[in-house]
Amino acid sequence: MPLEIAQRVDAKGLSCPMPIVKTAQAVKLMVSGQLLEVLATDAGSTKDFAAWCKTTGNELVESSVEGGVYRFVLRRK
Amino acid sequence: MTAVAEPAMPAYDAPIAAPAPEVPAHEHEAKPHDILIICYSGELEKTWATMILATTGAAMGAKVRVFLTFWGLQTFVKDQKRITGDNVMQKMMSAMQRPGVSHRKLSKMNFLGMGPWMMGKLAKQYKVASPKELLQLAQEMGVEFMPCQMTMDMFGLKPEDMIEGMGEPVGAATVIALMTEGSAPLFI
Repeated sequence: MPLEIAQRVDAKGLSCPMPIVKTAQAVKLMVSGQLLEVLATDAGSTKDFAAWCKTTGNELVESSVEGGVYRFVLRRK
Repeated sequence: MTAVAEPAMPAYDAPIAAPAPEVPAHEHEAKPHDILIICYSGELEKTWATMILATTGAAMGAKVRVFLTFWGLQTFVKDQKRITGDNVMQKMMSAMQRPGVSHRKLSKMNFLGMGPWMMGKLAKQYKVASPKELLQLAQEMGVEFMPCQMTMDMFGLKPEDMIEGMGEPVGAATVIALMTEGSAPLFI
């Protein structure tokens, strides 16, 4: 069963700290358990999103990169 | 059954312990994982660092407070203000370095504004949010900005000179209290 994405953030082309800031803003509007998909091109984002999830307690469900686009699926805690 | 040792009774003439000194209450009470940025400098690059760290801290769920003092406070004067202060010297100070977040200079390679202009161009090209945009985001995300009362007085700044959403002016004691309570301090 594919994961049901409740919310999407397109942070492609944006530099630090905007992908994280936009993600935090989006997550705030979601309810617990919902999934958020984030697309980014910032090369630092793999580490940044892992750190963000670790600190905030949200779950990093998926983290992948394809053709220079980083894709993260996060579950709101 | 074993005998339980009775706690020793204090001698009747033992001095009465002085009550613990009352810790003066202050409205900003810090918890570990809070972040406290002392925004002291007014240069473009340092303003940028302050704004990036403040917004990221807020995005990571930390309570972020920014204490605005000396040149750092000038950044938080309204952009459209040209001259601030009451006396000649205060007015001259603002004339020599225009206040406001959009008028920051680089500490190096300023070249009469060429440096900041190039930085702005590069930032746009690489989609780096400007200090002004980040400041607005920080305010939306609940970052608390605390102006320094002493700097307000020394530069003759009035509450109406400052951008909207500033907190009450405070002093160094508030800042130190926040540090001792466990805020991670940053001096920028």
